[in-house]
Amino acid sequence: MNTPSNFKNPALVLALATSAITVYMWLFLHAETQLGVAALLITALVATILSRRSGATQQLELSAARRPGLARVWALGGILALIAAFYNQHFALLMICSVLLYTTACLGLTLQFGFSGVANFAGAAFFGIGSYTTAVMVTHTGVPHLLVIVLSGVMAALVGSMLILPVLRTRGHYAALVTIAFGILFKTFIEVNDVLGGPQGLQVPGMKLFGRAFNDGFSLFGVDFSFYISYALLSLAMAAGVFVVVKALERSWIGLSMDVVRTDETAAATFGLHIARWKVVAFMMGNFFAGIAGSVYAMLMGFVAPNNFTFADSLLMLSIVILGGLGNPLGLIPAAIIVLVLPEKLQFIQEYRYLFYGALVIAILLFRPDGLLPRKTRLFFQRGEKA
Amino acid sequence: MITVTDLTMRFGGLTALDHLNLHINEGEVLGLLGPNGSGKTTFFNVLTGLYKASGGSILLDGVEVIGQSPQAIYRSGVARTFQRSRLSLPLTVFDNIVIGDYQHMQRGLVFNLFRRKAFRAEYDAYVEKVTALLNIFSPPLVAQLFEPVETFSMIDRRRIEVCRALISRPRLLLLDEPSAGMTHDETDALMDDILQVRSKLPGLSVVLIEHQMNVIKRITDRCLVLNYGKKIAEGSYAEITADPAVQTAYLGEETV
Repeated sequence: MNTPSNFKNPALVLALATSAITVYMWLFLHAETQLGVAALLITALVATILSRRSGATQQLELSAARRPGLARVWALGGILALIAAFYNQHFALLMICSVLLYTTACLGLTLQFGFSGVANFAGAAFFGIGSYTTAVMVTHTGVPHLLVIVLSGVMAALVGSMLILPVLRTRGHYAALVTIAFGILFKTFIEVNDVLGGPQGLQVPGMKLFGRAFNDGFSLFGVDFSFYISYALLSLAMAAGVFVVVKALERSWIGLSMDVVRTDETAAATFGLHIARWKVVAFMMGNFFAGIAGSVYAMLMGFVAPNNFTFADSLLMLSIVILGGLGNPLGLIPAAIIVLVLPEKLQFIQEYRYLFYGALVIAILLFRPDGLLPRKTRLFFQRGEKA
Repeated sequence: MITVTDLTMRFGGLTALDHLNLHINEGEVLGLLGPNGSGKTTFFNVLTGLYKASGGSILLDGVEVIGQSPQAIYRSGVARTFQRSRLSLPLTVFDNIVIGDYQHMQRGLVFNLFRRKAFRAEYDAYVEKVTALLNIFSPPLVAQLFEPVETFSMIDRRRIEVCRALISRPRLLLLDEPSAGMTHDETDALMDDILQVRSKLPGLSVVLIEHQMNVIKRITDRCLVLNYGKKIAEGSYAEITADPAVQTAYLGEETV
């Protein structure tokens, strides 16, 4: 790897970059006027181009590669700072929660589609299975809520296992069709099922953790905090945990096996790889992650209905995965921000906002066909890194 | 080591292998010759479990191979290269070679995710192993161990494929036209490397599909010629080249 001649202290580069991004995100979540949002979008574009031209982007990548642990600490710190900055603003915190929970679900889809090549067009359905499982369990049982989250993920994985046989027997577009059919099946099933509330959906009581109800707002030192802050912290913990697991998986024999299965099944079989096993592992784990994200989402919204888990929502998830850079967990975060937050910020142009947003997504993929942050070649360990 | 009896493979109306009988001895280099479409690659595909034979038997040390999965056959020590290279192009040289030893890797979830120190130790051992193999076949590639395979030439990709086949220390190595697309010198170098490996792994049997006669002459102990899925000749290089049936198969019937 070439080191740029003017390479600076990696710790300093990381500190500056995360601070800049955090401040930008703070401004972006605050911006409400036409002029403000437009100015911020242009700033992002110019900053991206300039930092690429000047080599700042490369320096940042190199710094993160040299000090991966420190990069994670800074990223976590940045998000925590954002959550703290919006301590009493419901809407901004709700946006942060959505981005984190969708990122968690999309990490699951990355495992399926990006690593093993199983395209799942029913992401929202598995998210929904998690949500409904939580709605039912929290209302009707006394199971501790942390366990409910885990069980919701398990439920999503188990229901998903019904699809394993058809998905394994078909390939490519045909496997995708199987998942599309399942997604539609799920929504219809929920809609006609009175026990699960039918089209009106179900109320979901708020999360309780160690005796503390998340839905109660609280005051600390005389300052009022939004109740969303508890959910934001929980979502962050979950997204970070799943991120670490997916990254470790990528840099292991399992990630390698999944990649080989995706790229050449014949060669994979010739060298002993169990094609079905790796697809099943990816599919079940991915659906588990979608399920736990859906679980927290249900408690956060306080309400689940079939219309939250449509085919369009599944497409939204897949577009985050592709826009971010197929197979790159890190790319999911900026992609989720663009897909989830940007349309909200463009409300002032009303019905034109989806037009603008659609054009923007096409433009991004036109100029960056491999996504915002294309997946890098696997390095199991950075040079000089300890296990 | 391998005994093939009456092996037959039909694709619809086409008979690709027609009651083939042959044996492969331990430690020998067997050349498999024949015009295009004579069934050589089909034989490899049947032997590695990719195709299921229509009839006959293949015994590997007395155990029937037909009906076993490709995975099981690989575990019993059969590794191969492909006529058109089948590497995972976006993956690195290291990734592509190391996967050849899949059967010996620890593939447990806990080991891979949480015992990262132990994983690191296994990984380091594999880096050494892959480096040692590359030092035999293509020392310049050692410096590019973590470059994606798509950036390499066809010749390098073939060498990588041979390394992938050898890393698990197979007992039988199947090489499907390793010299295709190589210059004369490059082919010579690759054959030197294969001979060198064989001298280090005395039990290793090699079956080589090849069109270049000089290669066959240089490295095979015994040759076998196929035509239309049938064995038409068997013997040393000198014997088969003198065989009129072989000359007819390659050059066509002499017309007056």
